[in-house]
Amino acid sequence: MKRVQFERSAVPYFFVAPQILIIVVFFLWPAAQAIYQSFLLEDAFGISSQFVWFRNYEDTILNFAWLQSAGFTIIFSVLVTFFSLAIALLLAVRANEVLHGSSSYKTMLMWAYAVAPPVAGLMGNLMFNPFVGDLYAALNILGWDFNQKLDAFDASFVVILISVWKQVSVNFIFFLSGLQSIPKGVMEAATLDCRSPEKRFWTITFPLLAPTTFFLMVINITYAFFETFGIIDTTTRGAPGGATNTLVYKVYTDGFLGADLGGSSAQSVILMIMVLVLTVFQFRFIERKVHY
Amino acid sequence: MSTLTLSGVNKRYDNGAHAVRGVDMDITDGELIVFVGPSGCGKSTLLRMVAGLESITEGEMTIDGKRINETSPADRDVAMVFQNYALYPHMTVFRNMAYGLINRGMAKSDIEAKVRETAKMLRIEDFLERKPAQLSGGQRQRVAMGRAIVRSPKLFLFDEPLSNLDAKLRVQMRIEIKRLQRELGVTSIYVTHDQTEAMTLADRLAVINEGLIEQMGSPMELYSDPKTLFVASFIGSPHINLLPARFENGQLQVGDTAMAGFDALPQDVPLMLGIRPEHIAPHADGAFEISVDLVEQLGADSLIYGAVAGFNGNEPHELCVRAGEASQHLPGERIKLNFEAGRAMVFRQDSGERLI
Repeated sequence: MKRVQFERSAVPYFFVAPQILIIVVFFLWPAAQAIYQSFLLEDAFGISSQFVWFRNYEDTILNFAWLQSAGFTIIFSVLVTFFSLAIALLLAVRANEVLHGSSSYKTMLMWAYAVAPPVAGLMGNLMFNPFVGDLYAALNILGWDFNQKLDAFDASFVVILISVWKQVSVNFIFFLSGLQSIPKGVMEAATLDCRSPEKRFWTITFPLLAPTTFFLMVINITYAFFETFGIIDTTTRGAPGGATNTLVYKVYTDGFLGADLGGSSAQSVILMIMVLVLTVFQFRFIERKVHY
Repeated sequence: MSTLTLSGVNKRYDNGAHAVRGVDMDITDGELIVFVGPSGCGKSTLLRMVAGLESITEGEMTIDGKRINETSPADRDVAMVFQNYALYPHMTVFRNMAYGLINRGMAKSDIEAKVRETAKMLRIEDFLERKPAQLSGGQRQRVAMGRAIVRSPKLFLFDEPLSNLDAKLRVQMRIEIKRLQRELGVTSIYVTHDQTEAMTLADRLAVINEGLIEQMGSPMELYSDPKTLFVASFIGSPHINLLPARFENGQLQVGDTAMAGFDALPQDVPLMLGIRPEHIAPHADGAFEISVDLVEQLGADSLIYGAVAGFNGNEPHELCVRAGEASQHLPGERIKLNFEAGRAMVFRQDSGERLI
C-alpha cells in the first residue's frame, strides 16, 4: 500500500502556532517555573535564593499542616462530588418527569450556574454570619450549636454546602440531557418488563447514564480541587486552624501571604502529580466499566 | 391463551385531540389481529393502550374477562415488540431476554433454560453474549422478538416491527412471525401501515381511520367486500381505480361514458365507481377508452396505466389495469377497456358508504 505523503510546508505550523503559543505561555512555562522554584530556598524579600534539591518537598510532606490539608482536600472532594452529583441526579430525574412548566423549572435550576464561586462564597458568608445570617440563626434555633468560626466540622459544613450548591446546576444540565437522550422506547420496554420504578431506575436508567456520570465525576473532582478556591477565600479562609484549608488554598497562603515561594511551588508540583495520577486512574479503571 | 375485549374505548389527549373514538372489539384465543391504517389514524395509540403505555380515557378493556384499565403495564402480562426494537443497550442479548423473567422472580436455572430454548428457536443462540450494538438490524429484530416470546405472555403486541428492515428481510421476517405465532398460539395484535403486510399476516384485519374502526374482517372479506370507500381504497395493491360518477336517466355516467348494468342508485349525489385493476381488461368493443401512459411488466402479469377522460373537460382520471399476461401495448396508444360490472362497487362520495 502506498502511503500518502504530504508536501512539507510551513503553513500547517503557522495555523497551529497560536494554540501552541497559548499552551507554552500559559501552561508549560508556568509549570516549568514552578518546578524550578520548588528546588530553591528564597529569603522572604526575594533577594537571594539557594538551590536546595528536594528539601522543600521533604518539608512539605513531613509538615502536619500539609497532611491536614491533604486529608481535608480528599474528604472535601469526595463529599462535594458525591453530593453535587446525587442532588443533581435527583433533580434531573424529577425535572424529566415534569410535563407542565418544565422549561421555567429548568431555567430556574440553572441560574446558580451563572454565579461565580467568590460571589457564591460571599452569599454563603452572609447567610452564615453570626449577626445577620438567617441560616446561622436557623441552625442554632434548631438546637445545633453552630459556629463556623470555632468548630472545624461546622466550617467544613459551610464550605461543602456552598460548593455543592454552586455545582449542582452544571451537573443538573448534563444529567437532564443524558436522561433525555435515553430512547423513549427503551424506557417503555422496561415498564413492560419491570414493575418497580426504583428497580427500573437502577437497572436501566442509571447504567445508561454512566458515561455522563463518569464525565461529571472527573469535572467535579477537578472543581472541588481547584475551583472552590474562591469560595474558601471568601468564607472561612482555611479557618479554624487550617481545618478547611484545601491544598490549592494552602499553596496560595504559603506562597503569596507567607512568601515561601519554594515551599509553595513544591506543594503545587505535588498537587499536579496528584491530579495526574487521579486522572489516569479514573480513565483506566472507571471508564472501562461505563462503555456499552 | 387469552382473549381480549375492548368496549367503547376512547382516547382523548389533554390538548383535545381525540385519537381513538369508541372502539369495540373481541379478539379470540390465538388470533392474529392486524390494525392497519394511514399514519396518525390512532392504531399505535390503541395498541399502546392495550400495553398500558397510554391511559384509557373512556371505556373498558379486559383480558380473559378481567378488567385491565388500571393494571400496571408489567402486571398485564403482555409483551411488546417495538418499531426501533428498544433493546437495552447496556445488556447482553442474554440479559435483554432474561430481564423480564428476573423481575418476575423466576428461578435462575429456569431462566437460563428458557432463554436458551427461545434463542435456539430464533437462531440467535450464538449471539447471547453480545451487546445489541454488535448486531445487525435483522438480528436485533430477532432479539426483540425473543425478549417478547421468552416471557410466554398472554398477548403479543407488535408495533410496526418490520419497518426498519430492508425489503427482503422484511418479507422473510413476516413469514417467520406468522410461523412463530402459529406455533406458539399466542393471541397477537400487529400494527402496520403496510397493507401487504397486513393482508399476509392477519387472521382478521381492522382498518382504522381517524380513530374509528372502518371495518373488521378477514383479509379477503375486506378486499372483495369493503363496506366503505376508505377500506376499498386502502386495501389492495395496486390501488382500486376510483372514478367520479353520477346516476342520471337510469344510467351511471362516468365522464362522457354511460355504463350499463347499474340501477336503483340515488340521483343528484356525487358517486364514486370503484373497480379493482384485475377486473378490467382490454376489449375490442369496450365501454370506455384510455390513452396508455405507462406499462409496468411484472413478469407474470403487467400493469397498464392510462388516463380516462373526465367530466366536461375536467382533468382526466388515472386508471390502472392488470393485464393477465405480458402486455404489448405502448405508451400513447389508445385502447378500449371493458370491466366486469358485477364486481364493480359504487360508493357515495360524501359519506363513503357503499351502495353496490
